Amino acid sequence: MDPQALSVESANIARRESTWQRLQRHWSVRIGGAVLLLLVLMALVAPWLGTVDPALFDAASRDLRPGQSGEITTLEGEMIKHRFLMGSDSFGRDIYSRVVYGTRVSLLVGVATALLALAFGIVFGLSAGYLRWLDGPLMRVMDGLMAIPAILLAITLVAMWRASLVTVVLAIAITEVPRVSRLVRSLVLSIREEPYVEAAVSLGTPTLKIMFGHILPNCIAPIIVQGTYICASAILVEAILSFLGVGLPPDIPTWGNIMAEGRVQFMAYPHNLFFPGVFLAVTVLAVNILGDGLRDTLDPKMAKRL
Amino acid sequence: MYRFILRRLLSTIPVLLIVAVLVFLVLRLTPGDPAAILAGDAASSEQIAEIRKDLGLDRSIAVQFGIWAQNLLRGEFGHSYFYKMEVTQLIGQRIEPTLALATLTILIAVAVSIPLGVIAAWRFGGWFDRALMGFSVLGFSVPVFVLAYILIWIVSLKLGWFPVQGYKRIADGFWPFLHHLVLPAITLSVIYIALIARVTRASVLEALGEDYIRTARAKGLPEARVLMRHALANAAVPIATVIGIGIALLIGGVVVTESVYAIPGLGRLTVDAVLARDFPTVQAVILLFSFAYVVINLLVDLSYVVFDPRIRY
Repeated sequence: MDPQALSVESANIARRESTWQRLQRHWSVRIGGAVLLLLVLMALVAPWLGTVDPALFDAASRDLRPGQSGEITTLEGEMIKHRFLMGSDSFGRDIYSRVVYGTRVSLLVGVATALLALAFGIVFGLSAGYLRWLDGPLMRVMDGLMAIPAILLAITLVAMWRASLVTVVLAIAITEVPRVSRLVRSLVLSIREEPYVEAAVSLGTPTLKIMFGHILPNCIAPIIVQGTYICASAILVEAILSFLGVGLPPDIPTWGNIMAEGRVQFMAYPHNLFFPGVFLAVTVLAVNILGDGLRDTLDPKMAKRL
Repeated sequence: MYRFILRRLLSTIPVLLIVAVLVFLVLRLTPGDPAAILAGDAASSEQIAEIRKDLGLDRSIAVQFGIWAQNLLRGEFGHSYFYKMEVTQLIGQRIEPTLALATLTILIAVAVSIPLGVIAAWRFGGWFDRALMGFSVLGFSVPVFVLAYILIWIVSLKLGWFPVQGYKRIADGFWPFLHHLVLPAITLSVIYIALIARVTRASVLEALGEDYIRTARAKGLPEARVLMRHALANAAVPIATVIGIGIALLIGGVVVTESVYAIPGLGRLTVDAVLARDFPTVQAVILLFSFAYVVINLLVDLSYVVFDPRIRY
């Protein structure tokens, strides 16, 4: 290998390491990341955390206070003793188990929505930014979508389709696509003037390869940061949809559903709302803090603006 | 100047048109037959077809859109399937609580967030600044309904300062009206305060780095005057912009807040209408909210001229 190529490569490695190290040093990346890791672990090992099946209920164990013991009937019809760490709801279901299993839904919705919104936003943004003739029409549609308040649009979409994991993710992603498209488009508009893009054009590189091979890799940092914020907001919107009764079906344990069922009895049994609420807030907070840390380290230009 | 206003006004027309088309399509191209829901479970397929014909749902989508758009231009939003009255009349009944809630929220948010942001920028890096930034991240993360229940629990149930739920019309007296509205407005304003305070801090901070601030301080002007007249006045444009953008957040929050506090406003109406597949009502409310958002941001654009005389259109 010729020495120049080698030095370029080692310089690249050195830079990559330093970004990674800078990330690890940043306190908000550490805290946000650690809390999220904990939540992911909790979601993965949910069955082994002293939980019961979240759908199990027992009329004799209704409305228990946090920490009280009671009985619960398993699917096999067997009565087992169970300690209700976070109390039980008006059906006699264990709130602790439902909250722990709810972590799975929230994290899944957050990540899936972010990935979906980024994928579409990248395609639309790249097209609008690089292909002149598409810019006008595409961005006008995005302007129109953006003018409809996100939660209203999501509520309408989910209620009109039948609510399921797929439709909820799709509906929330649709409300986020215009923002991603705008961000990517603005990045593309400045990058397309760079000499290396000009060079690629003059060498006759196919347009698709320029868009995805030359331009996209250079706007990845702000896109990752945006993706984190979308994840946080998707978790919030999913909870709001479930809470309003238009989200995932009530038999799926989600934090929003637990709270929706608990709100009728809020005065007498606030624990129905308290525990899922705290989990929801902490999760969104962790994702937001992680996003702030990523923004500070990966995208210093944006960090300066806010 | 007038030409700019005219051009800006004209430029909102395509956006509003696209919104109208999108809203129409979203509701028509999705499963869920309003005729079947209206008819109930026991209805025969002939009865459902009859209702569908009455509602005009048997015609092609293009014709339906044409009829709807024509009525829209005449200011008619159609007849509510579910509430059995004109949608215009329905909205008229429900608009007062929403307008009141939104106005009070904006007033609280602006009055609280701008001083906070200015102080944080003034004491940049100090404990106040860090506390405010912490609060701001928290404000973005705590969902509005969780906050609502925490506040109801503490302020209404334990302290008994405000009623737990409900709404009083302004016609029933100003104090009861305000008494019922304060807690929902505080709840809703938190996320808005977080947003505006953050931007105020950032833009005042940027202004404080300018030469004219050094000059003002060198002249011996009192610090308060430097902050308000020189720094804040020059930071007004981004602040106005974010207040406009935040209206979208506010509208989303209204839907949730009205639901928690049992306020009979447009937000509640939206959720109820969506669940009942009441197309004309849903279309009208979403259009109304979107129009409000577009128009408010148009006004914000025009307000730049007031805040920054250097901007001439």
